[in-house]
Amino acid sequence: MRRMPQNRRLERRIRTFALGCLLPVVILASWEYLGYKGIVNRSILPRPSVIWACFVDMIASGRLKKHLLVSASRVVKGFALGGGAGLIFGILCGLSKLWNDLLSSLIGILRPIPMIAWIPILILLLGIDEGSKISLIAIGSFWPVLLNTSRGIRGIDKKLLEVGIMLEKSRFQMLTKVILPAAFPFTFTGIRLGVGNAWSCVVTAEAIAAATGIGYVIMYARELLQPDVLLVGVLSIGFVGLMLDVVLMWIEKRVLRWNEPNE
Amino acid sequence: MNKSVDILGVSKVFPLESGELQVLRRNDFHVESGEFVSIVGRSGCGKSTLLRIIAGLDVATTGEVRIGGRKVERPSVLTGLIFQESRLFPWLTVEQNIEFGLHRRVEKKQREKAVKRHVELVGLDGFERAFPRQLSGGMQQRVSIARALINQPNVLLLDEPFGALDALTRIHMQNEVLRIWEVERSTMVLVTHDVDEAIFLSDRILVLSDRPGGIKKVISVNVSRPRDRSGVRFMEIRREIYTEFFEAASMSIEYYV
Repeated sequence: MRRMPQNRRLERRIRTFALGCLLPVVILASWEYLGYKGIVNRSILPRPSVIWACFVDMIASGRLKKHLLVSASRVVKGFALGGGAGLIFGILCGLSKLWNDLLSSLIGILRPIPMIAWIPILILLLGIDEGSKISLIAIGSFWPVLLNTSRGIRGIDKKLLEVGIMLEKSRFQMLTKVILPAAFPFTFTGIRLGVGNAWSCVVTAEAIAAATGIGYVIMYARELLQPDVLLVGVLSIGFVGLMLDVVLMWIEKRVLRWNEPNE
Repeated sequence: MNKSVDILGVSKVFPLESGELQVLRRNDFHVESGEFVSIVGRSGCGKSTLLRIIAGLDVATTGEVRIGGRKVERPSVLTGLIFQESRLFPWLTVEQNIEFGLHRRVEKKQREKAVKRHVELVGLDGFERAFPRQLSGGMQQRVSIARALINQPNVLLLDEPFGALDALTRIHMQNEVLRIWEVERSTMVLVTHDVDEAIFLSDRILVLSDRPGGIKKVISVNVSRPRDRSGVRFMEIRREIYTEFFEAASMSIEYYV
């Protein structure tokens, strides 16, 4: 593709950005106005300016950071467990028909169970401590990594395998140098979905039983009738989720440079 | 070193639901060490299967192949195989793809030297860091040739390597293969359906009959290289090969020649 002149490109970027901002700004402005006029009940839905002030306050006091960090560390632990297990079982299922047949019925039954239904079982099994929350996150991030990895491996081009066979590569080299790299775009999609799942699972887990974390902040604020704190909590979940995806997309772009359709 | 290839009574039968499909019937042939032999035949005559058996990727139903006197039981790095598609790993650069070919544990300095030498051999200097999708079809095929040559194989098998390239690139690649052959001196077995390509490159040409594929005729190309594609002898051999294909149907050979 021919490069566009610098200023044309900038112009287009600004235009895209402005269009993306337009609707949120309109909503915020009318919300503010309606709240100011008292048409919207302020004690239920505080005005954006109030939420913003609350947000600034929660940042200054370190409260938001503290709870977000707690949630984030749960996500990291849970994803490491679930994503790691998903990768291992995904490789097993992708490589071996035996494993795939062994696990397929179990996967079929367990996968459709919604996260919220796992919580009572996990609390019974593991108590209301960290264990049950991290397990829930692990379950949530397990499935997408498992399914995408095994699909990526099963879909590998047999012609590439023949190249490895001709060059007398060992089984281990075939796995690490041919099969896994070929499946990696799929695995990465699984990782992105898994991280997204993990982040929403942490909030689910914390909303039900916790004394820290962003989910707890939201539920606690509801009990204390602090809608501004509640909304800061809810919006920060969305924001962190967005950031996570942006970071992963950035990593994908660098790691999977070879896989881009064109330059 | 003995780089000869012996095809001894090789036949191949594929089991099908509706019985059996014989692809190759008993074939015997001897390729001299360092010789360039082409196998031509109609599509589906089993020529690629024969090549895969020589490579050790397929097993003959009866008979065996010997390379340098030793029976082929499995693929070996000492037998290079070039496919119709370049089959490069899209996640590796040109350099890394070529390096993937290296089999033995070689220390880093020597690896780099070997890769560099083969990048130069196939004329891809300056493209070391490029990814396969950034290369043209001809360049991709050069990389795959370099990958196969880096172990200095005794035998190089080429399975319609230029079939997917345009006519001009194909002629260019044929010259390149001759040049490489003269440098490396490995035994070459080329499967092709391009009769001109076979005549231009080979010492001898095997004409396979239609399925089940058997050696119908062996033609020696006694023309000194570089060969003139419109030379008299070239034309005669071409006519000879076309006659093999169209004798039964008594079609107008003139039309094809």
